[in-house]
Amino acid sequence: LKLPIASLLLGGSCRSLAARLGPVCLDAASFSRRRLSFGPQFVYTPESADKSLGETSRMNLFQAVTSALDNTLANDPSAVVFGEDVAFGGVFRCTVGLKDKYGKDRVFNTPLSEQGIVGFAIGHAVAGATTVAEIQFGDYIFPAFDQIANEASKYRYRSGNHFNCGSLTVRAPIGAVGHGALYHSQSPEGFFAHLPGIKVVIPRGPIQAKGLLLACINDPDPCFYFEPKILYRSAVEDVPVNGYVLPIGKAEVLIEGSDVHVLREVARLAQSELGVSCELIDMRTILPFDEETVYASVCKTGRCLIAHEAPLTGGFGAELAASVQEHCFLNLEAPVRRVAGHDTPFPHIFENFYLPISAAAWPPSKISLVIELASNWTGWCSERLVYLFSASTSVL
Amino acid sequence: MPLSSSAIRANLLLLRGGGGLFVSSRLASSAVLSTRPYKLHKLESGPASEAQVTSDEARKYYRDMATVRRMETAAGNLYKEKAIRGFCHLYSGQEACCVGMEAVLDRNDPVITAYRAHGWTYTRGVPVKAVLSELTGRASGCAKGKGGSMHMYNHNFYGGNGIVGAQVPLGAGIAFAQKYREDKRVCVTLYGDGAANQGQVFEAFNMAKLWDLPCIFVCENNKYGMGTAVERAAASTAYYTRGDYIPGLWVDAMDVITVREATRFAKDWCLSGKGPILLEMETYRYHGHSMSDPGTSYRTREEVQSMRQMRDPIASFRQTLLTAELVAEEELKEIDQSVRKEVDEAVQAAKTNAVPDPKELYTNVYSQPPSGQPNYRIRGIDQFTWSAN
Repeated sequence: LKLPIASLLLGGSCRSLAARLGPVCLDAASFSRRRLSFGPQFVYTPESADKSLGETSRMNLFQAVTSALDNTLANDPSAVVFGEDVAFGGVFRCTVGLKDKYGKDRVFNTPLSEQGIVGFAIGHAVAGATTVAEIQFGDYIFPAFDQIANEASKYRYRSGNHFNCGSLTVRAPIGAVGHGALYHSQSPEGFFAHLPGIKVVIPRGPIQAKGLLLACINDPDPCFYFEPKILYRSAVEDVPVNGYVLPIGKAEVLIEGSDVHVLREVARLAQSELGVSCELIDMRTILPFDEETVYASVCKTGRCLIAHEAPLTGGFGAELAASVQEHCFLNLEAPVRRVAGHDTPFPHIFENFYLPISAAAWPPSKISLVIELASNWTGWCSERLVYLFSASTSVL
Repeated sequence: MPLSSSAIRANLLLLRGGGGLFVSSRLASSAVLSTRPYKLHKLESGPASEAQVTSDEARKYYRDMATVRRMETAAGNLYKEKAIRGFCHLYSGQEACCVGMEAVLDRNDPVITAYRAHGWTYTRGVPVKAVLSELTGRASGCAKGKGGSMHMYNHNFYGGNGIVGAQVPLGAGIAFAQKYREDKRVCVTLYGDGAANQGQVFEAFNMAKLWDLPCIFVCENNKYGMGTAVERAAASTAYYTRGDYIPGLWVDAMDVITVREATRFAKDWCLSGKGPILLEMETYRYHGHSMSDPGTSYRTREEVQSMRQMRDPIASFRQTLLTAELVAEEELKEIDQSVRKEVDEAVQAAKTNAVPDPKELYTNVYSQPPSGQPNYRIRGIDQFTWSAN
């Protein structure tokens, strides 16, 4: 199946580039070869914190999480942190040093029982204590799903506000990491987005992580905080040492632009290669998502591309796409597109084939990538885009 | 009276002569070996304290354990070379469990276990080459390269399961199918000491006992759930009693004959319609939980070393065989060499065989495309997705 890509390009800047390069043909075999020849390569772009937040310290994402938990345990005497292997520091080192500092009554291990952990945490929170439970991998959260769906999310509603488990926060690492295969790579946020009564938050970097985690812990509703595990070590920033919160339910516009929403690396490429300006939005909170920011942005630019690692069908992108087209229909120049995982279990050896691959991993064929990307804006199907620039699950 | 084959073999060894040979004209064709003591829970009597072992059986058990050990070592090395990626949970130290149990089971008895499955995959009939190829993600792997370390399968071997404890209710269901079809088989459902605290395990126990399922639940207690010692995870570490109303047996699983007799007892128990039984195999793993765990931050090197020196299942079985004069030392050496050769060849194949076709990313999601959608494709965002079969 050969598809002449260049001929499908529309729009002034795209057409001129296409004219410059000539037709580019693509067939199944070369597509496969090229995808398989690149492994996922992830480059993190650090940010800097607001100066008003005071003194900072160089931290990666897991250290930022530790710092947030440290602040919480220091300031809130009712706070406890527990989960599997949490006491020695956690399999991702998110709780290093906390047991020694605050004691084993407050930072402790649980047995291997996810349903038990979350149910126990809900009860503890209902009784009024600040509870931070850890599920070791997001892939393991499913035994607890009944507790989350049927207990945590409905407590306030069913009791007419008599009780609530708002002081509950559940943390779990999610997302692909390069070798996780079926059960260490899943992105389950889509399942949780479907539960009114809880909040779902995903940070894109250390500064965001600490602020959002503290916000979740302080939030009066049960929060599910998913940490993209690829960022634990690779994302390093200067993070404020004191506590600070970032708003939940508010997306953040990272790059202001006029033409289309697209991920950061691609945004840069699109600007430099095609002269197309992109606005990049990090959703941060999946539920409840920031409708105002999203609609305002799409109405301004007229095109929208949504990216997440989770499988396409029924992923959170579907909700965003439906909402965007409903609210911004008359401003849209092209259909809303989604870039997401395939509708298969997360594969073992096909990971670099399944995932969005970083544009930076393709220097030789950057141009053709961009052309393919551009073709996306005409509504025609194209390559997966940037691999997890940040928490791509939360980036619009 | 014609000489038995083993007696002939013994005489031939003598003829070959040579220094360093364990020279004996009295190599037995079989011996009676004693089993290590058991502990019983809600059982009036337990397995036999002695067992007859023929020299052929002895050779087979030795060979199988040595193969698993060498295969796991090879897998560890391949992992360090980054030929294997992802997760790799090694079974070294626990060989007596799978080999001893398999000695009594036949290929018609289904087995299901968790992720520390390479040993079981081998004893269930998957050649070393296919195990290692699956680990390196080749098309010649037993799951076509799509499963990896934790998802290996074969006829009547239901894996290979990643989620801790999830395989236990599955095992009860398989046992129910056996009973329903009047198959006269047992289902062996294995789990670890960490999984023993999962709620679904107890749900499976209840169903198995309520419906008298021919299910042998086996807790492979290697003393550590990842990095957590059993005392810190479980209110009761007497795992063989935690089936409560299900009779239980504690087995010293560092001895293959002890395991074998326990399994024989359990199989007879289930097949005589008495319902499920729970075996706790107390064993030990030399490596860490997985290849990313050095295995020494939660236990001392001395502990691991002392287990290797004093209680290694292969070394102690070797000693038993030599003492009982069941097998000659030279034969054991030959077995070692032949195992080494087999594993080395398998390693080569695992490094060089072909990877699966990328099309396999999309196959086997469903059994076939839905009948109402002849143009069905797995949804994704590139233009070359393939149809579901």
